[in-house]
Amino acid sequence: MNAPSPYTLHHPKWYRRRVSVFWWLEKRSYTFFVLRELTSVFVALFAAVTLWQIRSVAAGEEAQARFMTQLGTPAFVVFHVLALAFLLFHSITWFNLAPKAMAVRVRGKRVPDLFVAGSNYVAWLVLSAAVAFILLGL
Amino acid sequence: MSATVTLEVARYRPEQEAEPTFQTYEVPLRRDWVVLDALNYVKDSLDGTLSFRWSCRMGVCGSCGMMVNGEPKLTCAAFLTDHLPGPIRVEPLRFFPVVRDLVVDISDFMAKLKKVKPWIVRHQERALAEGEFRQTPDQLDAYKQFSMCINCLLCYSACPIIGLEPSFIGPAAIALARRYDQDNRDQGAGERLGILSGHDGIWQCTFVGECSEACPKSVDPAGAIQQYKLTGAVDWLRTVLPWGER
Repeated sequence: MNAPSPYTLHHPKWYRRRVSVFWWLEKRSYTFFVLRELTSVFVALFAAVTLWQIRSVAAGEEAQARFMTQLGTPAFVVFHVLALAFLLFHSITWFNLAPKAMAVRVRGKRVPDLFVAGSNYVAWLVLSAAVAFILLGL
Repeated sequence: MSATVTLEVARYRPEQEAEPTFQTYEVPLRRDWVVLDALNYVKDSLDGTLSFRWSCRMGVCGSCGMMVNGEPKLTCAAFLTDHLPGPIRVEPLRFFPVVRDLVVDISDFMAKLKKVKPWIVRHQERALAEGEFRQTPDQLDAYKQFSMCINCLLCYSACPIIGLEPSFIGPAAIALARRYDQDNRDQGAGERLGILSGHDGIWQCTFVGECSEACPKSVDPAGAIQQYKLTGAVDWLRTVLPWGER
């Protein structure tokens, strides 16, 4: 047998494993990551619906009434429930990750993570309260 | 008969086989044994042909990183008793080319590391006669966490982006770049940001966060990369704003 050796000192034969298309199912944290990325689609869709709503308001009462009946259809209700779930997931994970990106130092010491994340949540609450006040107050 | 545990060890002998196979070994289950002890037992008593890297046995050298039951671990810190009932599957670090058995080729990482200039860069070296650079505890604290990296490469095996985009500079190298940026003796931040804002740098990262989970030294490379993104974004903003610098 004089088959040429596939392996020599200066040309080692490495093995490279290919990454599966389903790599994101291999681990729960990977799946959560992909879901978090997917939330951006719902953020965009929700923004589009809001723009559509503004447009219908600008087009007059009749257009707005038509928009409101559209909103009541089961498909739209399902979309909004889904969008709410994904947006909450998006916001909460985003705020929890904020301290990693923001290494704020005050007088040489790093501000605790809880404080950075907490201030994001407080801002969220204040803004939500303001929106609720405008909507319910009117 | 004393208790034993089964190890399923990935074998790859390039002169014999085209792709890795698994070989099982029965090793004594001792409370104070880590996976590395079990591998050394295999090498000493069962099968001397098994190849793997190790050195310090105490989480400092960064040589013995492997996949243990699918998770990147320092095998010197992975107790057998934490992986019961077994079998315990030991594989080479993921996303690296396998040279033999559990040994991977890390030359790609070494090249990436060099790219980010992980040393103190000075515009002009100070003369020896001028004395040492002084540093306060707070100045040390600013980069100390990132300096704990031991280049064990567990973070590269934890990062799916490394698998999908092999040219990505990667967590450890970026954390080490950050370590020198945050060092008050260093003046190379601009040079490093130039490299890291490029195609293979920080913007490849999508913040999976698994690198920081895998890190045995709590370096938090994911944090380092996100902080870099903030620096990069602010730097870019300066170039486009009319009252910005440059």
